Amino acid sequence: MIRFARTCAGRPSPDAELSMVTAEPGSTALSTARSTPSSRPLVAMDAVSKVFSNGTLALSGMSMTVRPGEFISLLGPSGCGKSTALRIIAGLGGISEGSIDWPSFRINARGLPDGDISFVFQEPTLMPWQTVFGNVYLPLRLKGLSKKAAADKIYAALESVGLEDFADAYPRELSGGMKMRVSIARALVTEPKLLLMDEPFAALDEITRQKLNDDVLALWKATGITVIFVTHSVYESAYLANRIVVMKARPGRVHADFPLHTSLERDVRYRTSEEYRQACADVSAKLSEAMGGEEH
Amino acid sequence: MTSANEDLQPAPTTDHAGASKSKAPAAVQLPTRESAAAIKRRDRLLTILVPICVIAFLIAFWQIMVTVNETPHYILPGPDLVVKSLISDWHILLPALWVTTKITIASLALALIGGGGMAILLVQSRWIEVALYPITVILQVTPIIAIAPLILIYAPTTQSALLICAFVVAFFPILSNMVQGLKSVDHNLLNLFELYGASRWQTLIYLKLPASLPYFMTGLRIGGGLALIAAVVAEFAAGSAGAGSGLAFRLLESQFRLNISRLFAALFLLASLGVLIFALTSFISWWTLHRWHESSLKREN
Ligand SMILES: Nc1ncnc2c1ncn2[C@@H]1O[C@H](COP(=O)(O)OP(=O)(O)OP(=O)(O)O)[C@@H](O)[C@H]1O
Ligand SMILES: [Mg+2]
Repeated sequence: MIRFARTCAGRPSPDAELSMVTAEPGSTALSTARSTPSSRPLVAMDAVSKVFSNGTLALSGMSMTVRPGEFISLLGPSGCGKSTALRIIAGLGGISEGSIDWPSFRINARGLPDGDISFVFQEPTLMPWQTVFGNVYLPLRLKGLSKKAAADKIYAALESVGLEDFADAYPRELSGGMKMRVSIARALVTEPKLLLMDEPFAALDEITRQKLNDDVLALWKATGITVIFVTHSVYESAYLANRIVVMKARPGRVHADFPLHTSLERDVRYRTSEEYRQACADVSAKLSEAMGGEEH
Repeated sequence: MTSANEDLQPAPTTDHAGASKSKAPAAVQLPTRESAAAIKRRDRLLTILVPICVIAFLIAFWQIMVTVNETPHYILPGPDLVVKSLISDWHILLPALWVTTKITIASLALALIGGGGMAILLVQSRWIEVALYPITVILQVTPIIAIAPLILIYAPTTQSALLICAFVVAFFPILSNMVQGLKSVDHNLLNLFELYGASRWQTLIYLKLPASLPYFMTGLRIGGGLALIAAVVAEFAAGSAGAGSGLAFRLLESQFRLNISRLFAALFLLASLGVLIFALTSFISWWTLHRWHESSLKREN
């Protein structure tokens, strides 16, 4: 089980907040409690297009606004530009047309968000020459923190993914799921506002994947972090997200963008509920639409 | 009574049977575990013993052939004569060995610094690479023996000429490996560094250099071998006599004087130096990489 060393100070208990969130029409105002209209968006993407140097039009006119506290699941057929969109949101790789803004972030000299965004790639992307500790230390080291000053944060992050006993291990000594957890710890150690995850658990077995999904969900509830989670799995997105963005391919753009609220806590009971089944069916229908009759 | 006896008796019997059963596998298991360790130890011993035996056999064969055929020692001396000249000519061979070692090590060190530094420079900008890379390739593909005379003319001393020749040869594999290493850094790790706002310097120190270490080590192993070869070849080309001459000159000299046993002794020293450099560079490579890099890890499934 996961333990959280950090919670977001000043926030109302997210659990209580979430339990108020229901799918009933009367509660729509409550359902957006996490993202009050007055709060500035984290990311505002407006009609963004991206052409790669080889001429591939990966995104065309993609618009999307990310508000604080959301758990967005980005779904779509393979090659529709989900990873590209996520990289653009992170400020990695320029855009060809349109505009992107990060109203809630410090902006550096290059006009890109300066810190506060973390990225979990599909592969663990660890430095094999560094221990688990060294890998998690990286973001803080780049900020100029000494090992001593960073140690507490590092151990807290490792604890939050249940790896505090493996600080001195090298990545090769860990299993695939453990490496992924190190990668998550590294993403969390900077206490980011926005966590981007690109099919983080695609390569893992169902049980590990389930556990890590629960871990991410628990983390989201505990810290009020905003998450954008790219996945291929309808079930995963229906389980995790409170907003679903379905993308269409060639060129990549938003096909559907809708909230997903549930009356149940997202746990084992939700997983077997009729509500979850219905949510999966809804998401699945939108995805089929987006694939436009393509086989999948 | 009888029924009680019957009740009592089976119990100890089953107990006994159970005990002997649980003992039996343990008794079987222990020797296998022991023999596994023994096999491992024997394996290690054999990997050392077998090559030694082969070499000993070849030397014995050499000795026998020379004795049986009564080969004159100025054509092919037996191993006994080689050893004898190794001892008697030690005062000539040792300084020569030292000179060759010095040139090889110094040129390798220069090539490591130069090749590594140049590689870092090359990957900084595409234009630096476009401008400089062809020159290094030209320098590399030109046979060293062909430019040795030129270097001999321009260099202030023969020693420095040899040093330059060996450097030029060892430089390129280190450079090209290092460039390869610096360029094949995981793109997602580069993205990660960019995301966290790493400076160019930080990316170099914390990412590119460690990531290219395995490539650098490959360059070191190749460069170490080539530096020795180049030091010898260049000295052949120089052919200069004197106090500062290395093993290559002693080889030539022995050939002129038909002192073949000394030639073999010098050859033996050269081979030993080569083996030593190989062992040393391999060890350095293993030592720096063994904790994390695939090439230095035992496969454990
Ligand atoms: N570096 C690149 N150069 C050229 N084209 C690229 C590059 N990266 C991606 N593309 C193209 O852009 C499109 C979108 O790619 P992207 O990786 O964003 O898709 P994706 O939705 O993440 O797919 P998947 O679900 O399979 O990961 C694809 O058609 C791909 O061929
Ligand atoms: Mg992708």
